[in-house]
Amino acid sequence: MIDALQNYLAAVLILAGSGFALTASIGLLRLPDLYTRMHAASKAGTLGSCAVLLALAVHADDPAISLRALAGVVFFLLTVPISSHLLARAAHGAGHRLWEHSERDDLKTMLEQNDSTLPRLDLRQSRPI
Amino acid sequence: MAGQDFLDIAVQIAFVLLCLSFLLTVLRVVRGPTLPDRILALDMLVGVGIGFIAVTGLASGVTFNVDIAIALGLVGFLATIAFARFVLVHSKKGDDPQLQVKKKT
Repeated sequence: MIDALQNYLAAVLILAGSGFALTASIGLLRLPDLYTRMHAASKAGTLGSCAVLLALAVHADDPAISLRALAGVVFFLLTVPISSHLLARAAHGAGHRLWEHSERDDLKTMLEQNDSTLPRLDLRQSRPI
Repeated sequence: MAGQDFLDIAVQIAFVLLCLSFLLTVLRVVRGPTLPDRILALDMLVGVGIGFIAVTGLASGVTFNVDIAIALGLVGFLATIAFARFVLVHSKKGDDPQLQVKKKT
C-alpha cells in the first residue's frame, strides 16, 4: 500500500517537474529580453528541479537519502532567488536595456529619484578581479 | 509491486522531457545575444542537471548521487554570483561590444 502510494506520488512529481523544466526552457528560448527570460528560468526552472528532488525524497526508503534530497530542495529555494536577483541588478546596472515594448522600469525610476531606501550595489567601486 | 510500471513509464517520459529542455537551453547559450543571457542559461542548465541526477537516482536506485546534486547546486550558485560581478566590472571598463552598440542608438 505504502509502496504503491510512493510509486504513484514519485511518478506524478517527476512528470510535473520535468514538464516545468521543459516549460522554463521554452520560455528561455521564446521570451524577448533578459528580464522576461529570467522570469521564466528562475521560477519555473527552480520549481522543476525541486519537484524532481521531492520525488526522490518520497521514493527513497532510506530516511538519510530523503533528508538529503529535502536539504537540496531547501538549499535550492534559498539560493536561486539570490543569484537571479543579483544577476538582474548587475545586468541593469551594466546598462542592458529592457525590451522596447516594456512599459515600466521601476528600478530606473527609483535610481533617478535617488531613493535612499534603495540598497546600493557598489561592486563598481571595488577593485577589478 | 503496484505502481512500478507507471513509475517506469514516468521515468522514461521525464528523461525525454529533460533532454528536450537541456537542448533548448543549450540553444539559448549558443544564440544568447548578450552575456547575461548566456549566464542565465548556464544557471538553468545546472537546474536541469540536478533534475537529471535525481531522475537517474530514482530509476536506478543508486541514490548517493544526491550529494553530487547538492554540490552541483552550490557550484552553480557561486558561478552565477561570480559571473554577475564579472558583468558589472566588465561594463565599467567599457569593453563590451554589444553594450557599446546599444548605447549609441
